[in-house]
Amino acid sequence: MTAATLVTVALSLSLAQYGGSPAPGPEAHGDAPAAAQAVEGHAAPAAPAEEGHAPAEHGAAEAGHGGGHDESLGTVMMHHVADGYVIEYPGICHGELAWNCDVDLKEVFGDRLVFGAIDMTPTKHVVMMWIACAIMLAVIFGSLRRKAVVPKGLYNFVEMLVQFVRNEIAVKNIGARDADRFVPYLLTAFFFILFVNLFGLLPFAGTATANINVTVMLALFTFFITQYAAIRAMGIGGYLAHLTGGVPKSLAPLWVIMIPVEFLGLFTKPFALTVRLFANMVAGHFVILALLGLIFAISAWLAPVSVALALSIFLLELFVAFVQAYIFTMLSSLFIGAGLVHHGDDHGHGEHGHAGSGSGPAHPGSHVAGASPGHG
Amino acid sequence: MLTAFSLGYLGAGLGAGLAVIGAGMGIGKLAAAAMEGSARQPSAAGDIRTSMIIAAALIEGATLFAIVVTLLLAIAK
Repeated sequence: MTAATLVTVALSLSLAQYGGSPAPGPEAHGDAPAAAQAVEGHAAPAAPAEEGHAPAEHGAAEAGHGGGHDESLGTVMMHHVADGYVIEYPGICHGELAWNCDVDLKEVFGDRLVFGAIDMTPTKHVVMMWIACAIMLAVIFGSLRRKAVVPKGLYNFVEMLVQFVRNEIAVKNIGARDADRFVPYLLTAFFFILFVNLFGLLPFAGTATANINVTVMLALFTFFITQYAAIRAMGIGGYLAHLTGGVPKSLAPLWVIMIPVEFLGLFTKPFALTVRLFANMVAGHFVILALLGLIFAISAWLAPVSVALALSIFLLELFVAFVQAYIFTMLSSLFIGAGLVHHGDDHGHGEHGHAGSGSGPAHPGSHVAGASPGHG
Repeated sequence: MLTAFSLGYLGAGLGAGLAVIGAGMGIGKLAAAAMEGSARQPSAAGDIRTSMIIAAALIEGATLFAIVVTLLLAIAK
């Protein structure tokens, strides 16, 4: 809710800029990205600064780099979040050390990866996703190199996360008997989302999960695994019978209503997964940018307040990165567990009964009650 | 002058406000119930907090659906 409130505040303020005086001058533009630089520097003060350049000049150059000085706050924000072919990075370019190098992937790859109508040229978000995945693999395998009975350090942390996903998410929502079949997928989704989210908070990085194509794909994985698990557990007949919502044959005319509703229900779940992750990641970046944008939307004297607020939102974003990875994994296991529940029903309620604290078992429980023949 | 753009901005602002009203009421009720629950049963406070965070994230997710629509209204041309 706090994030939603702040997005609203930010939104109204960015709207206020449209309604107010014409766009602030270029020198006012220079301040905000400089502040952004300062704030992001807190998280990872790694950007090598060219000697003799004041931070304000860096900022001015960055604003200019965004595509012209006359852009509004809205376009700056869109430029920051949107996908593209240009990757900006600090490093060596044109033979000297610079902080605002860029590489155009369209120029690097040319037409080599364009197959007819399908353009496979990697975009900024794809490259960022690769880097985040490389970091993830390095962290996981690096921590696994020093296995020990008594875990410590990074290994301890990774083991804690893995154990949390298995015991608190998978076992509680799917049931101890079936959980281990799905734990590999859930762990993959969890760590992928977590690392991509966290990586996106670094300066110069992009958040691949703030791209709806990525989240759609993640949700589709969950969708297909859910359907596969349900069909395997109930058989194709049971799966189709499930689509009637448990309305017995004697009330067959009601199927005209129930089947479309249940069929739509199959697709609302992945849709909600998609938009939740996407919206949360986009909203966080928008809030930070809009708060920094206040500096040149209102006054440069606002900078301390605005930077402090942006920093606190940044810390909130660190939390949101974990929460969203958790929520995605939790809901995935909830959906998988809901598809399996008929199967579990045959073997008694023992496993599901223990998991009563979550909302998970309650929801599929209603399906069980509806679908059992006794209610016919 | 009410142009199509200005109507879009008006809609975005109103929509954002309405979304926050809904989210505020939702999270408020949730937090009230959770606090009452953990006051009555302090030993269950941990579980209650976990499910509260999950529910809060779900409510916030639903709110953000609306916020994204308003953002699209306000920013996309």
